[in-house]
This record gives sequence, C-alpha cells and structure tokens, in this order.
Amino acid sequence: MSGPSDFQPTNPALKWIERRLPIMGLMHSSFVAYPTPRNLNYWWTFGAILSLMLGVQILTGVILAMHYTPHADLAFKSVELIVRDVNYGWLLRNIHASGASMFFFAVYIHMFRGLYYGSYKEPREVLWILGVIIYLLMMATGFMGYVLPWGQMSFWGATVITNLFSAVPYFGESIVTLLWGGYSIGNPTLNRFFSLHYLLPFVIAGVVVLHVWALHVAGQNNPAGVEPKTEKDTVPFTPYATMKDMFGVSCFMLFFAWFIFYMPNYLGDADNYNPANPGVTPAHIVPEWYYLPFYAILRSIPNKLAGVIAMFGAIIILAFLPWLDSAKTRSSKYRPLAKQFFWMFVVVCIGLGYLGAQPPEGIYVIVGRILTVCYFAYFLILLPLLSRIEKPRPVPNSIADDVLAKSGRKSATMASAVIALLVAGGLFAGSVQDARAEDHGASPPGQKWSFSGPFGKFDRGALQRGLKVYKEVCSSCHGLSYVAFRNLADAGGPGYSVAQAAAFASEYKIKDGPNDQGEMFERPGRPADYFPSPFPNEQAARVANGGAAPPDLSLIPKARSYKRGFPMFLIDFFTQYQEQGPDYVAALLQGYEDKAPAGFNLPEGSYYNKYFPGHAIKMPKPLNDGQVTYDDGSPATVAQYAKDVTTFLMWTAEPHMEARKQLGLQVFVFLILLTVLLYFTKKKVWANAH
Amino acid sequence: MTTASSADHPTRRDFLFVATGAVAAVGAAATVWPLVSQMNPDASTIAAGAPIEVDLAPIAEGQDIKVFWRGKPIYISHRTKKQIDEARKVAVSSLPDPESDEQRVKAGHDQWLVVIGICTHLGCIPIAHEGAYDGFFCPCHGSVYDTSGRIRQGPAPSNLPVPPYTFVSDTKIQIG
Ligand code: FES
Repeated sequence: MSGPSDFQPTNPALKWIERRLPIMGLMHSSFVAYPTPRNLNYWWTFGAILSLMLGVQILTGVILAMHYTPHADLAFKSVELIVRDVNYGWLLRNIHASGASMFFFAVYIHMFRGLYYGSYKEPREVLWILGVIIYLLMMATGFMGYVLPWGQMSFWGATVITNLFSAVPYFGESIVTLLWGGYSIGNPTLNRFFSLHYLLPFVIAGVVVLHVWALHVAGQNNPAGVEPKTEKDTVPFTPYATMKDMFGVSCFMLFFAWFIFYMPNYLGDADNYNPANPGVTPAHIVPEWYYLPFYAILRSIPNKLAGVIAMFGAIIILAFLPWLDSAKTRSSKYRPLAKQFFWMFVVVCIGLGYLGAQPPEGIYVIVGRILTVCYFAYFLILLPLLSRIEKPRPVPNSIADDVLAKSGRKSATMASAVIALLVAGGLFAGSVQDARAEDHGASPPGQKWSFSGPFGKFDRGALQRGLKVYKEVCSSCHGLSYVAFRNLADAGGPGYSVAQAAAFASEYKIKDGPNDQGEMFERPGRPADYFPSPFPNEQAARVANGGAAPPDLSLIPKARSYKRGFPMFLIDFFTQYQEQGPDYVAALLQGYEDKAPAGFNLPEGSYYNKYFPGHAIKMPKPLNDGQVTYDDGSPATVAQYAKDVTTFLMWTAEPHMEARKQLGLQVFVFLILLTVLLYFTKKKVWANAH
Repeated sequence: MTTASSADHPTRRDFLFVATGAVAAVGAAATVWPLVSQMNPDASTIAAGAPIEVDLAPIAEGQDIKVFWRGKPIYISHRTKKQIDEARKVAVSSLPDPESDEQRVKAGHDQWLVVIGICTHLGCIPIAHEGAYDGFFCPCHGSVYDTSGRIRQGPAPSNLPVPPYTFVSDTKIQIG
C-alpha cells in the first residue's frame, strides 16, 4: 500500500496474474519489504493483536450464527443449546464472549500507546481519526452482541442504552421507537440487532483496511517520535516485525486462554444467565466493563441531555486530539510534564471505570464528578496548555541513535511493561465484579468444591446423590428444562450408562402428540426427552407458590452470585475462584432460621433466610435431616443434601466443565511451548538487527 | 539474513526455525478441528434420531403410510399378493440394480415393504402407487420404481434404499 513495488514473481503463471492484478506486489510491499522503524517496542504489537482479535471474532461469530436463533422466545435457549449440544459449542461461545473483552482490552492499550507516543500528530491525523471510527463501531457492535443472548442484562442493557437517545430534544421518543421497532424492546429489536451485529464487523474490517493504508502512507510512528531518515533507521517488516508481532500475539493468547478455559464467566454478569424478563429490572444495571468509564461520565451529570452529550462527547473528543495537542514533540518520553499527566489520565480512566460499576450514590457520585472534570480537562485545558508552556527534552537525532542509547536498559522497560499490563488487565477486568448483586445479607461461607480450580472434576457420587435430592425434593416445584435424560450418561456427568439413563427416563410420563386422532397423549420418557417441568406455565407456577414462580434450576449456580469486593475480585482472577454461585446456593439451602431476628418484619407467607437478598424468601425450608435416603452411606443431613444438590446443579449449569478444564490444560502446555519457541526465534532474527 | 552472527550456528538456528514453524502448524491444524466439527449434527439432533416404533396393524392390504425417521420419509407398504408376485416374477439379472425382492423384505413378512422414500436420482420424493410398475414414480425427472422399490426406468441409478429395521412383533416394527 505504499506505491508501486518492484516485486516480481518468477513463476510464469504468477507473473501472468501479477501483470494483470499486482496483488503479490501489494502484499510484498505492505507486509514484507515495508520498512518499519527498528526501535518499536512491544506496545506496537497490539496492532497485530487487534487484527487477530477481529479475525477471531468474525470467525467464531459466523459459526455461532449458524446455531443461534434470533427470536425473543428462543434466543436464550438457543445459546444454551449451543453451549450444551453443539460440538465444541461451549468453546466457541467462550472464545466469542471473552474475545469481545480481549478485543477492547487490546484496543485500549493500542489507544493509550497512541496517546503516549503522539501517534495522532501530523501527518497521522487521518490514521488516528479512522481509529476513533473503528472504536465507535466496536462499541456499537459489542453492545448489540451483548443483547443477543437475551438474558436479563442483555434486555435491560438494551433498554438503558437505547433510551439514551430519548434525551434528544423533540425527536427523542420517535428515535427510540424507531430503534426498537415497537413500543418497547422486543422481538423486532432483537432481530435488527442481530442483523447489525453481523454486519458491523465487516464494516470494521473495511475501515481497518483504510487504517492500515493510512498507516502505510504515513509510516509507523515509533517510541522516539522522530521520522526514519536513513536505511539504518528501519528494518524490513518481514521477518523482523512479523516475528515480534507473532511473539506478542502468542503472549496475548495465553492471557486470552486463561479466560476462555478457566474464567469464562469472570467478565460476565451472573444476571445474564436469567432469561430476559420485561417485568423485573435487576438491582444493578451495569454495562460490560469496557463501557464503564463512559457510563460513569453519563451518571455523573444530573441532567439527562447533558449526561448523554457528555458521554458521547468523551468519545468524540478523541477525534480532535491532533488539534488539541499541538506540541511539536511527538513522544511523551521527551515531554516531562505530558508524561506525568498521561499517567494521571490513565488513572482517571481506570478510576472512572471503577466508579461506573459502583452504585450511583454518596461518595461515588462526587468522585465521579471530579474525575469527569479531570477527563475533559485533560483534553480541553491541559494538552493545549502544555503544548504552549512545556519545554521538551531534546529528541534523538535519528532512530538509530535512539536504539544505541537505550540498548542498555531494555529488559527493565519490558518487565515494567508486562507488570503494567497485568495490573491494568486485572483492574479493568475486575472492576465489573463489584457490580454484582449487592443487597445480600451475610456473605455465604466458602465451601470446598471438587470441581473448583484448574484440575477440578465433579464428584460422581455427589452428582448421583444430588440427582436423587433434586428428583425427590426440588422437582416438585422447580424445573430443569435444559437437561435431557440422555445427559445423565454424558462424559463428565453423573456417570450413568446409556441403559441406566434410558431406564431413568422411562420412569417419567412425557406429554407427546398430537397423534393421528389429533390428541395429546402421555408416554414413558425417552433419553432424548428433557426433564418435565412441574408447572405448565409461569402463571400456574406463580399461583401455586404464593406469587413467586420457582425459577428453573438448570442454570442456577451460574445465575446467582454475590459481591466479592476489593481486593478479592483481583485475587479471584489469579486463583481462578469461580464458585460464588455454588457457595451461595449451598448456603441458601442451609440458611433458614425458624425465627426472624427481633425487629425484622417478615411479610406474610415468607420465611427468614440468612443469605437471601432481603432475607424474606417465599420458598419454605426445602431440606430436612433424613428426608432423602442415601444408599451409599453418606450422612442424611441438610448440609450433605445441600452440598450434593448444589454439585448436581453446577453440573446441569455447565455440563462440559470437565472438558473445558482438560482442553485448557492442553492448550496451555501448547501455548507456553509456542511462546518460548517464538521468543527464541524472534531473538535469533533480531540478533542481526542490533 | 545470513550474517556473521547467525552463520556461527547454522544448524541450531535452522532447528529452531523448523521447530517453531512445526509447532505453529500443529496449533493451526488443531484449531481447525473444532471449527469444522461444530458443523456435524449436535447432540440433540443425534438423540432425536433414535429408533422409532411403528404400529402396522392399521395399514390395510394395498395401502401404504409414510412415516419420518431422522427427517427422512419412510414408505411402509402393505403389498397385495399381486404386487408381491409381480416383484418376484421379473428376472433379477435384467434389472438395472439387480436385487431380488426377498433380499429387500424380511423373511416371513413378505407383504411388508419398507423403503426410504427418497429418489436415488436427486432426492425428490417419489409418489406411491404410480408409474408403469405399480410401485413408485418420481415426478421430478421420471424415475419409475417397481413394487419392491427397485429402479426400472429413468435416470435414477439405484433402488430405493431399505432402512435398518426389525420386527418387534408381527404388527410392529422398529426403524433405526
Ligand atoms: S429426483 Fe427423482 S427422477 Fe430425478
């Protein structure tokens, strides 16, 4: 993309094509011979990482779309079926869902890098603006993608975000109706979001081509911020940049795989495992972590229209950066003041992200306002001012000089970069954790689960006992509608044989039909049938249970959580603690107290539970000592029942957990090997260049 | 790329490059596997393809029914004496796809013909009791099958396939 190339293939067939369509020359001049500054550091590998992430998202997205049903009644279920039934469906979904977070994580680093090294300055203004456009498109795509699973957070996130447009004077309501295709969020909304979510990534890919084109015309910026002058300042893209990028990508994949295989729900919200319910808003509506800073800005401003303008303004302002900062020196390395303020700005952004996940009350609001002012002041006051008053340090004469000067302290830079990356990642990633359900009473005690940790496996005995508890106790009120009888014989499950599962199924009466006479009839269950639900519909369930419909249990341990708080959520990231749900469910089953504490006003028809949010639960104490007989000698106590049934429900919530952790181990062994090899290969290749 | 520093250890360098390339290639190949495997029928589809039982009692002589198994139409014909005789009279060697009628039905249940009703030409559904041989006639491109579901005329290359099935009792079969 940088002018005609002198590349000529030798093969006559290729020559023939090349004369008519010089595509090989284009590739060669853009990705092989292209001169790249020799002093680029690892922050520059994020361009390659982002290209990879776009590819990964498009590929997994196209595949998921083959199995997904964009219909308000079926979307949630179809996502569950992808995860449960499609070959490697759980893997593809985990990649796509955490891939979105990784994509944003990488883009933020890429943007901060551009900010620090002045990559937006003359002659790269258009390059930068194209980047801002890509970022905007990514936000739109990410938002619409989050709506597709049609869980509670999907639904209410969509409601809140689309309602932003109602702030527009005069036309607000009409715009929102237009977006919804109805009088509220519903099936038409879901369908159009699906269509656009499929379209936008290809638009992004198109703008990325322009972005790369602009990059190859202006040339890459570099840490020194001086343009390459002689041959000595650059190295050819291949193999130098290619190898370095590949090593960077490989390191990033290790980080990515940690989420895919070990922490797939760490960045998600437990509430999104509850199907969308237009009648109940979750206690805390929190967007995905990558929108949190802007969400915090929105909430800091007490006026609706002003808040929305501030939020969009916070993004749009980036496009004006080349003109707000008119300093001649590009790299903040040589701008002592700009450098300090840059890091302060990073802290402000992370702070805003943290606040975006907190409830909008008290001190959080005040700090949010201060940080919002700081955010805008950085762009509107500080940068213009600095470019006038700051005295930059002298920049090196050439890139070659820069390389010579710093070859001594290289490893230190790299180590600090890695540490900064890890801390930032943990912080960003963790900030959303705080948003989880808040009003819980006591924190459930942490239990020891056989399935926790990287090598965790389900305890088969507990699964079988838990199934018995479910069947004899829970099933009278709670469905298990995503679990089929055949699943009882699946690998990684309770360990029954196919014949045992079939025998178990045949004890159930399943409604089938219509037959040739047009009548419904009952027949014995087959392995392909799903656990029948105790009530024919939600209304019936509600009436029979004092107004509160007993939730389906298939996903319960993943759909319930409690606040971990700082710094636990950071530690959880490294210890792979993912068992908030099971801890809560097990605690709830044992948390009944005969008498509510003095002063607690227990409503009629409710029971007091230590761990239930608000303490007044409609479900009577379900388990009592000796209620279920175990044949394997395990104690017939409430504690044992609770533990067993929770283990069983964890399996129903994630039937492929063992496969996930096993594959994760293999992938990690492979990736570590590849990363080490790439590191040495890169070192070998670069040995010539220094 | 051949400079003094790397020429010192040519073999070690080459080994490193080859090893890295090989490991990367293995990784790429392993990545393709789940991406392709997901296209196969999923677990619920496979479970729904379990064997089905069909009650033959209501099917009168000379009648046939169509049932679905794994999304495919299965014809079950209760053949008349005349139809059976016609199917057995013809010289097997004269057929385009030689197969005797006895091979295509279960011994002792000669009146029952069970075939997958998908034309072996290009997949249309032939109409029962039509065509010159009183068997099946495919309207798409004119293939004609006889009372044993064997191809007699037209572009179809082979006989209508017989699905796997067994007699559970005299009046009940299990397909699959
Ligand atoms: S499909 Fe039946 S004749 Fe062509």
